[in-house]
Amino acid sequence: MVTVEAKQGNLALKDQNYLEIKGITKKFGDFYAVDDVDLVIPKNEIFALLGSSGSGKSTLLRILAGMETATEGSILLDGENILDLPPYRRPTNMMFQSYALFPHMTVEDNVAFGLKQDKVPKGEIAERVGKLLDLVQMRKLARRKPHQLSGGQQQRVALARSLAKRPKLLLLDEPLGALDKKLRMETQLELVNVIETVGVTCIMVTHDQEEAMTMASRIAIMSEGKLKQVGTPREIYEFPNCRFTAEFIGTTNTFEGKMVVDEVDHCVIESAELPRGIYVGHGITGPRGMTVWYTIRPEDVTLSYTRPTGEHNWSEGRVQEIAYLGSHSVYHVKLPSGRLIIASVPSSHWAGQKPATWGDDIIVQLSNTEGVVLTS
Amino acid sequence: MMAKLRARFLPKGRTMVIGIPYLWLLFFFMLPFFFVLKISFAQPDIAQPPYQPLVKHEDNKLTVQLDTTKYKTLSDEIDGFIEKPWAQAKEESQYVVAYWNALKLAFFTTLFTLLIGYPIAYNIARADEASRNTLLMLVMIPFWTSFLLRVYAWIGILKDNGVLNNILMAMGVIHEPVQMLYTPFSVLLGMVYNYLPFMILPLYAHLVKLDGRLFEAAADLGAKPWTIFFSITLPLSKAGMIAGSMMVFIPAVGEYVIPALLGGGEVVFIGNKLMDDFGANLDWPQASAVAVIMLLLLLAPIVWFHRFEMKQREAEQ
Amino acid sequence: MSNGKGMPLSNKIYMALGFFFLYAPIVSLVIYSFNESRLVTVWGGFSLKWYQALFNDSALLASASLSFKIAFLSATLAVVLGTIAGLVLARFGRFRGLSLFAGMTTAPMVMPEVIVGLSMLLLFVALQSALGCGEESAGLLARIGCWAFGERGMVTIWIGHTTLCMAYVSVLVQSRLKEIDQSLEDAAMDLGCPPFKMFFVITVPVISQALVAGWMLSFTLSLDDYVLTAFLSGPGSTTMPQWIFSSIRLGLTPEINALATIVIAMVTVFVVVSNRLMLSAQAKRDKAMQMAVAGKAG
Repeated sequence: MVTVEAKQGNLALKDQNYLEIKGITKKFGDFYAVDDVDLVIPKNEIFALLGSSGSGKSTLLRILAGMETATEGSILLDGENILDLPPYRRPTNMMFQSYALFPHMTVEDNVAFGLKQDKVPKGEIAERVGKLLDLVQMRKLARRKPHQLSGGQQQRVALARSLAKRPKLLLLDEPLGALDKKLRMETQLELVNVIETVGVTCIMVTHDQEEAMTMASRIAIMSEGKLKQVGTPREIYEFPNCRFTAEFIGTTNTFEGKMVVDEVDHCVIESAELPRGIYVGHGITGPRGMTVWYTIRPEDVTLSYTRPTGEHNWSEGRVQEIAYLGSHSVYHVKLPSGRLIIASVPSSHWAGQKPATWGDDIIVQLSNTEGVVLTS
Repeated sequence: MMAKLRARFLPKGRTMVIGIPYLWLLFFFMLPFFFVLKISFAQPDIAQPPYQPLVKHEDNKLTVQLDTTKYKTLSDEIDGFIEKPWAQAKEESQYVVAYWNALKLAFFTTLFTLLIGYPIAYNIARADEASRNTLLMLVMIPFWTSFLLRVYAWIGILKDNGVLNNILMAMGVIHEPVQMLYTPFSVLLGMVYNYLPFMILPLYAHLVKLDGRLFEAAADLGAKPWTIFFSITLPLSKAGMIAGSMMVFIPAVGEYVIPALLGGGEVVFIGNKLMDDFGANLDWPQASAVAVIMLLLLLAPIVWFHRFEMKQREAEQ
Repeated sequence: MSNGKGMPLSNKIYMALGFFFLYAPIVSLVIYSFNESRLVTVWGGFSLKWYQALFNDSALLASASLSFKIAFLSATLAVVLGTIAGLVLARFGRFRGLSLFAGMTTAPMVMPEVIVGLSMLLLFVALQSALGCGEESAGLLARIGCWAFGERGMVTIWIGHTTLCMAYVSVLVQSRLKEIDQSLEDAAMDLGCPPFKMFFVITVPVISQALVAGWMLSFTLSLDDYVLTAFLSGPGSTTMPQWIFSSIRLGLTPEINALATIVIAMVTVFVVVSNRLMLSAQAKRDKAMQMAVAGKAG
């Protein structure tokens, strides 16, 4: 997975807090669509709101745009409280999931629309529109109407239109939702390119993890209106803070157990699902006997034919399912407790030996260092 | 679910926008009903307008005169049905019989337009895109053509020396012209003919929204065509049938033109009675009372239809 | 709901019968408009004499001219009011009095015309006496009111027809508004366009065919209306339907066939045009847009 790391550099304080979302709540009767969300986003960051439908991410985006009102809270953009402003006065612009290109106007007129509202002089409009169309490579089709364009072309026009006014905040609503997989990957990088070339703070909403991980420098995972975790793609993947996040991103194996040994530099967890204890190479705050969850990603679970010597982090098992994916295979192994564990094994692992197959008895090994202990 | 929860940004000044049609309708549509109610309590008069004022301001005294004579005529007729033998009461009654005839006519009109119109609407809804357009146009052309002219056409067809009789005689089926015009039959025919598009179009609008895959799924599970129709199609078209039925029944109760032109006056309908009272007898209070009672009779279907439409609104949102 | 399979024969026969029933009278009118003979029963040869008689009948022409004027005015005002009503019902969400408003908007379509006609007339009569029409003491505002509603005539008919037709327009506008992408309006506001401007610059162009279809529908409804007009018209204003009605009652001339044929021709043109607008062109564009967004065309 390619991640785009944040290019923070040295930002002035006011730019570090370019967008401050404080305590935003949106209630419909008794239902909380957005529940007390706080976020701080620095200037020019590409930030993703990730969640499944109903998580509140789209509502939050619409509140930022001004299409919905917030029940409580404030939003400061470059020092200005934008909640006071109606959507047509906010320095934000949105790219809609359906693109929402005005069907009775040409590509040019669509992109120029926002500038016309600001009464920008004609010459300047023409110049700026021209530059934007060059940027998204739509100059040749400037005179076409939206229904004469393909989906990918419409998307580019929608992007150009949303950047025309040089907004302080760009909002993307499921930008790639309508495209098929292959087109998606190319477009993801193109999109990021354009946004970074222009240089604009951007919040995108998506339900697609890969999209979020690829395009954004930081991600917020939302569920039921609340923020579950905020961090870079690596942080979220490798250090999830709760079971929800761990299970939401990628695949993972989670075991429930009790902490039986708790030292400063290590701890041991016993779980009914594993015959031997789990050794974790760092300490945990919490009382002995506390219920915890141990989660480990399939790529950190290895298979082997030889029994290891240590007393922790391994188990016997029988191969139930195999999905051969070329570069690696995903194994579902049944443990003595009946529980299935998922292991992702690179094809190179079996060099020389016969690869494990259905029904084989095999040893499952958990990495000593990569597992994460969760308390919620 | 998110769509239902959408509370959109709404601009200020929306009250003014709502106000424009609201006020127009309140003033020109709702307010008039109160005048009907008011005048139904008035006394007719040879004057312009042909009724006496209800509120008199004389000698610094304000007298309000409510005259229930017009309602009395109606309630007397009802008493007549209770006290006298049926046939006699029917002979003597003007209004009760007229109401009853109108309700019967509206009912049968609705029934026949439903029976004839449903298959038409169904077939159009199930047709492919291209045919559908053409078929809808074919239904709409008569609907938009002057209905007076179409009723006139039926006169030419149904009269004693009209097209139909002539064809039947030429074919040897009959030897003398059969009276078809100026009978209850011709009235019902004219009604069904006129109201058919009012049934087909709402029915079609609802039917076309049904997902064809439901029927495919049912067939896949082994259901035969008639079973599919009765257990899936029909229940799902309930909304459309109700919409169409109300759009036929309610206005049909007060129908004037078709009985006037095709009915011959033998059978009296309440729409005609109202027009007679209003135009011929210049008895506006009586006409108003007739209208008030008609409204009351129709209140139940109207309210029911309104509730139904509001529920549809909620469902769509 | 289409199953793409095409209609079985029995259905086709039924449809053919149904349409035969719908069109038989219309076709008979057209045929007999060219009949030389006055009698319906005898075909006297092809003739245009009834069309000639039509154009020589000054009473008919006067009533037709009045009807067209009223239809034009009613259609125009009905489109304005009906569009606002449709917009409110489709976009403004819930507000106090929504239920009453929704009911009032559709009721004219459903209510028996004799009731609507009588009640509106009584309103105008009451207005007359309230304004003191005919009395010397009336002030300026009252004089204007009296000039407008004082007598039953063109203005009162116009108001009646508008009230009836706006109901139909609001239905068409509502259904079109529900069809289009609501994000278009959000996008316009997002780009800095205030709501009222947005309505005229974005919404109206996109729903334009609903407006045209609504205008044409209102025009035909107004042209054809008899009952409502009977209540609201005065001695000086006879409309075409009133002329037709009394002609039929008096059992007179087959000019009516000629008139009918002209009306049918006009309506057919209207319906075809309106149909092309409402169902075909924009639907094709909407479809093209949808498919493009789904990436199929890309």
